[in-house]
Amino acid sequence: MGEAAVGNADVARVPDERVPTVVVDDVHVTYRVYGRGGAATSPAAALRRLVTGKRAPTIREVHAIKGVSFAAFEGEAIGLIGSNGSGKSTLLRTIAGLLPPNRGAVYTKGQPSLLGVNAALLSDLSGERNAMLGCLAMGMSRAEARRLVPEIIEYSGINERGDFASLPMRTYSSGMAARLRFAIASVKSHEVLLIDEALATGDAKFRARSEERIKRMRDAAGTVFLVSHQISTIRDTCQRTIWLEAGLIRMDGPTGEVVDAYERFTRGG
Amino acid sequence: MAETTVTRHHTATPLRQLAARHGLTVAGARPSLPAYARKLWAYRHFIAAYANAKLVASFSTARLGQLWQVLTPLTNAAVYYLIFGIILNTRHGVDNFIAYLCTGLFVFTFTQAVVQQGTQSVISNLGLIRALHFPRACLPIAVMLTQFQTLVAAILVLIGILLASGEPITLEWLLLIPTLFLQSVFNVGLALAMARLGAKLTDLKQVIPFVMRTWMYASGVLYSVQNFEQHLPPLAATLVEANPLLIYIELARHSLMESVVLVSPVPQLWLLAVGWALLVGLGGFIYFWRGEQEYGRG
Repeated sequence: MGEAAVGNADVARVPDERVPTVVVDDVHVTYRVYGRGGAATSPAAALRRLVTGKRAPTIREVHAIKGVSFAAFEGEAIGLIGSNGSGKSTLLRTIAGLLPPNRGAVYTKGQPSLLGVNAALLSDLSGERNAMLGCLAMGMSRAEARRLVPEIIEYSGINERGDFASLPMRTYSSGMAARLRFAIASVKSHEVLLIDEALATGDAKFRARSEERIKRMRDAAGTVFLVSHQISTIRDTCQRTIWLEAGLIRMDGPTGEVVDAYERFTRGG
Repeated sequence: MAETTVTRHHTATPLRQLAARHGLTVAGARPSLPAYARKLWAYRHFIAAYANAKLVASFSTARLGQLWQVLTPLTNAAVYYLIFGIILNTRHGVDNFIAYLCTGLFVFTFTQAVVQQGTQSVISNLGLIRALHFPRACLPIAVMLTQFQTLVAAILVLIGILLASGEPITLEWLLLIPTLFLQSVFNVGLALAMARLGAKLTDLKQVIPFVMRTWMYASGVLYSVQNFEQHLPPLAATLVEANPLLIYIELARHSLMESVVLVSPVPQLWLLAVGWALLVGLGGFIYFWRGEQEYGRG
């Protein structure tokens, strides 16, 4: 497919005054998946493999991104759509610098922040302590973190039905946990914010509130990437959309056009 | 691997030029060693908070909670004393065997726990690593700090055992502080190195228990160190005497106990203790830093 060239042609057209925040240049990502046991995992077998250097039969390589190129600019909100397993989440992780590309390179302005449903905090600890840890992990000072924790708890709304902030996170519903994670990650202003389905589990009220915050971040000259299976969310928040299919860009353009084509594709196939 | 990906890509594509014109940097690029050390220092509050959180979380579902920090070393000491001190009677030549055994046991357990959890510190935190951007060395360092807090509880138990078994309090006890400091530096390096190895070789977890048990037998924890000289060929005995854990255990025994038989003279022990700490501490740090970009890949 010649779709990867779409990104390049796009950049050539762009006048230089637009400032890029993320440049993805012919990126390939392959990662290893370790099987879930089944084959020999006994200590003796492990020792034998260590000595012979043989790879366990349970390891498989997945070529998740197969040459993706595009540039994102200041003030843009870009939706990422595609079927399950098309490489959307992998691409976001690569942009965030968390999953290194095997070929090609990603250039970013500042440090992008990824906000995903899988962002595992410590489930045995209270929401409050997790908020504190999250702030420190984003590089804040202790005083700054302490000042922001009440704000995070307030914004997440987890205390609306009783004092949940002091309970361990394993007692939270998936929606509550997602809200807390979004509240933690969005407390800091980011130049590039990557959101992976994070809003899908919140209720309507929280979704409205988070869309508001995404708009504010975009206005502050940041760039927002949003992965979602909810086409309505993409239509509401993003002007540009990239459609990924099997690790390649199928289409890249104004949200209206891309989403219409995607919907025709999913209905047809 | 990750280092070559960037250099291999020297052809100036239009996108590459665009990025260069606006001064964009490679996402997730590895900082220089001094920059990395500075970044780690900036994250010291995160490391401390994370180490504390792990310690609290590890007892959060136990009804007795943090009391286990004291109960675990006590039970351990009781079991080993029963088997080696009373049933097998490996005490020959040691005056205060219970103090001898417990000092060795607690000092050894510190390193053992750091190695076991250090191996897992990257691979079991992939969720956190793929979600947030922080210097990855925070995780193995936090493992060492968590275990250090456990060690402090064990040392309190040990002091009780020492006093109960009739050891006098002397100024020499203070030498335990530099001993444990050097061992901590050694352990940090070990945790960092094991974290990188464990991230790539997922089979390592299965092998570590065997390695640690062998190391324990070579460190004179359960029996008098005189056994080495008496029963090993000279070359093997020399090798065992250079064993860093034996050295830290010997120094701890020397500082806490009145009369104790050592395999090497004390100045030589200190020299080796410093040497091992520097070598493994620095080596582990550099080894871990060189893999910094790859930890998210799993």
